[in-house]
Amino acid sequence: MNAYAKFRTYPLTWIVAVAVALGVVLSFASPYFFTAGNINNLMKQVSIVAVLAAGQGVVILTGGIDLSVGSVLALSAVTIGWLIKAGVDPVLATCCGLLMGTLCGFVNGFIVTRGKIPPFIVTLGMLGIARGMALVITGGVSYQILEPFFLVIGNSKFLGLPIPIYFVIVTYAVIHVTMHFTVFGRHIYAIGGDERVAGLEGINVNLEKLKVYTLSGFLAALAAVVMVGRLAATPPSVAEGVELQAIAAVIIGGISFTGGRGVVLTALVGALIMAMITNGLNILGISSFWQQVLIGIVIIAAVWIDNLKSAKR
Amino acid sequence: MNNSAPLVEMRNICKHFGGLQALTNANLDLYPGEVVGVLGHNGAGKSTLMKILAGAHTANSGEIMIGGKHAVINTPNDARAYGIETIYQELALCGNLDAPANLFMGREKQKWGFLQKRAMRRETEEALSRLNIRIKSLDTEVEMMSGGQRQSISISRAVHFDAKIIIMDEPTAALGMEESKKVVDLIKDMKSHGIGILWISHDIHEVYNFTDRIAIFHGGENVITAPTKEFTQDEIVSMIISGRPVNHEASA
Repeated sequence: MNAYAKFRTYPLTWIVAVAVALGVVLSFASPYFFTAGNINNLMKQVSIVAVLAAGQGVVILTGGIDLSVGSVLALSAVTIGWLIKAGVDPVLATCCGLLMGTLCGFVNGFIVTRGKIPPFIVTLGMLGIARGMALVITGGVSYQILEPFFLVIGNSKFLGLPIPIYFVIVTYAVIHVTMHFTVFGRHIYAIGGDERVAGLEGINVNLEKLKVYTLSGFLAALAAVVMVGRLAATPPSVAEGVELQAIAAVIIGGISFTGGRGVVLTALVGALIMAMITNGLNILGISSFWQQVLIGIVIIAAVWIDNLKSAKR
Repeated sequence: MNNSAPLVEMRNICKHFGGLQALTNANLDLYPGEVVGVLGHNGAGKSTLMKILAGAHTANSGEIMIGGKHAVINTPNDARAYGIETIYQELALCGNLDAPANLFMGREKQKWGFLQKRAMRRETEEALSRLNIRIKSLDTEVEMMSGGQRQSISISRAVHFDAKIIIMDEPTAALGMEESKKVVDLIKDMKSHGIGILWISHDIHEVYNFTDRIAIFHGGENVITAPTKEFTQDEIVSMIISGRPVNHEASA
């Protein structure tokens, strides 16, 4: 395969082209789109879905799904808020929040692999459990978090970029290296390609899947840290339905829903495209009702185009 | 041939899946440099027995001896550690990965968890060229390859890791004439290097020509294990179908 063919067939090429085209169109449509303020805003908006989509992308590459990330995010956020209210040091509280999300992910993975229950069902259950626990812990009230630690995460910039962007960059850098340069990543692609074969060839399928769901839980908790920073509060109803946005980002990015094919970085671009649609239509003064319609169409169109492309191979 | 110690002895292997008795006191042995044809209907238990030896299933009871010593095989990696390699009929390859990834699946070359892609690629090139296999590009997904090319990757995977015992589940079923001949040549070459081969096949002609002994299974039990040339092809077919050993005295 020559360099051009490689470039042309690399999953990132097309999706980045689509994103750039959309950006150009929006820049022409409105003078307010391509301004430093709006781009910063856009990136901040995208950060939470983007971090979740990274975990979701890895899960979907194994042929699974994680519906619980929004609820796990809320439970982690509430854990942080509750501990800070109880007088715990904010850094320690953050660690506990991260641990809580990781634990939820571990439980997901444990039940999926040991209980032999489809991930859709297990994580649907966790979606209810984590959200419910968040409400139980708080009694339904939101804690205000005015700790400087979180205000910095939510409102400061470093080298001209908002702090949440660094969460996104580090997350995707680590995930990308993991997926393409480590044995663990190779195993994830093998499992997504054919789980039975992966087992026959000596890959510990259950252990690798357990790690993947645990990772997704950890990233949900990481997104919670960003969320607490941005909201300066921990409402237990936060991030409801965000798991569907994360899944949509993964699909728009072109990662195969049956697993084994795709590059996690495309999920970031998928998240950006969704955010640009929302942001662009807002700037153009088009009703937010239409945004949902448009994003729905984009999701279906993305998969359809992908099918046409793979039919050509 | 029988003057050396057996590579593999499987004794009184029993296996049931729920209520289904797949194997009842199955026995099998294999000597260095020998090709044993494992024969039987679909569902006769031959594939199950092979999967037990390969670590894909575990037996409910029975004993496996490798090189005269008691062996514990619970996972595919246990089997590989004993030098047992398997070429599955359903081609155990991941279609979404390229040849090097498939060749090294489950035992990737690594340093601190990081893949050594270049080393694996180089070794894959060597392994494939050793078998005279031409593949357009090592970057091509295996799914894009022909049945023969995929089978070649399966075979080179087995050969590459210095196997002592190779299980072949219908190795030539997916192949064209020329490729089948290559596989047969390869088997002869492996024989001369003292590798023991268990060959599952439905092609009686092939089995008759290239195996030293045959083990026939019927309904999860051994019908007979004997040198191939003691029988005619017709007698072998009749034993596979009836599940009863042919009585030579009667025909003589």
